[in-house]
Amino acid sequence: MSIRPERQAPPEIFYNDTEARKYTTSSRIVNIQAKLSERALELLALPDDGVSRLLLDIGCGSGLSGETLSENGHHWIGMDISEAMLDVALERETEGDLLLSDIGQGMPFRPGTLDGAISISAVQWLCNADKSCNNPRLRLKAFFGTLYKCLARGARAVLQIYPESPQQLEMISSAAMKSGFSGGLVVDYPHSTRAKKYFLVLSCGPPSTATALPRAKEGNEMSEDEESGSECDEDGGTTVNVSERQRPSKKQRKDSKKSGKGRSWILKKKEQRRHRGYTNVPDDSKYTGRKRKAHF
Amino acid sequence: MRLLTHNMLACNIKGVTKGFPLGIEHTRLETKESELNADFLRHIFPKLDWKAFHEAAQSVGVNNIPDQVEPVMLDDDEFLRKFHHALLEVHLEEGALICPETGRRFPVTKGVPNMLLNEDEV
Repeated sequence: MSIRPERQAPPEIFYNDTEARKYTTSSRIVNIQAKLSERALELLALPDDGVSRLLLDIGCGSGLSGETLSENGHHWIGMDISEAMLDVALERETEGDLLLSDIGQGMPFRPGTLDGAISISAVQWLCNADKSCNNPRLRLKAFFGTLYKCLARGARAVLQIYPESPQQLEMISSAAMKSGFSGGLVVDYPHSTRAKKYFLVLSCGPPSTATALPRAKEGNEMSEDEESGSECDEDGGTTVNVSERQRPSKKQRKDSKKSGKGRSWILKKKEQRRHRGYTNVPDDSKYTGRKRKAHF
Repeated sequence: MRLLTHNMLACNIKGVTKGFPLGIEHTRLETKESELNADFLRHIFPKLDWKAFHEAAQSVGVNNIPDQVEPVMLDDDEFLRKFHHALLEVHLEEGALICPETGRRFPVTKGVPNMLLNEDEV
């Protein structure tokens, strides 16, 4: 199994000229990208009135996904951090406008302007801290916060991702929910290792019947379509939960309680979480870490 | 980059409250013809900031855009054609976009604005 591209180098360095070239020469990659973007457009569920919309393509790369949007008559704006990929997009004469921009720094758009957003295999890059100044949580927060702002009310964003682990998936989706999006995850072909695809389908505004999640595709039809290096681990379903067995005996538990996590420990942990960008940490007060009175 | 995109773009440097509209400096413009789609124009019209669009059109040398508009004008073919030309056919190829608040320049090369921020601007 090849190493995931996210593990190799930051996106602006990984997608250099040779890597970008693959996106025009490899018919397999072109094929996968086209299929994924068609599915994303389907999940976007734009009103079926034939009017073309203004969409955002996040991590547009060489404009393969944008091509699908153009074919469906939509105008689009593409963003990417890799100059080499954008150069390829220019060579291909894509119809959308391109921006060289880092999605972890937020979307440079006016509020409420875009009718929808799609993203093919891009958002998982945000989970990496490629520079010392990068904090994945803050970058995800900036990304989803500004994406929410620039989308029109009721608009949808469909983000196809290759999460490295369930924790990463959880981190991405919880960041989206914290920013006010409703919606959730659609997993296509959940029983196949290779064809399994995760789509985060988000809509702006509170949950309603209009924002109900679309159904995932079942079965095993899509064959040989895994992007190179982004193979997802298959776990879950087969493992047996053994956590109960490792539970310490009563006596041991009593001892550990005595050594205790006191007030200073709680304050330290709370400070740590604030530092990491959590907003739901309660304020410190004189009651912090104080033992409850024993009533009766 | 078309004026459509320019109209949606805003500067997102930390601390900037209204980084809009971005000023345009141009050294090379290009005109690429495209098919007129009246439905799209009518759809996008309410979303545009017309004042900014009018100013942007003037700064790229398109002077036939009226500064005051009414939605009824969208039924006029002549107006639609001018509107379409300014919004979707004029491309900014080389130049820069300038943040109205901080004066920060975002260079545009080969039609692609570089909106990357420095570490201290995030």
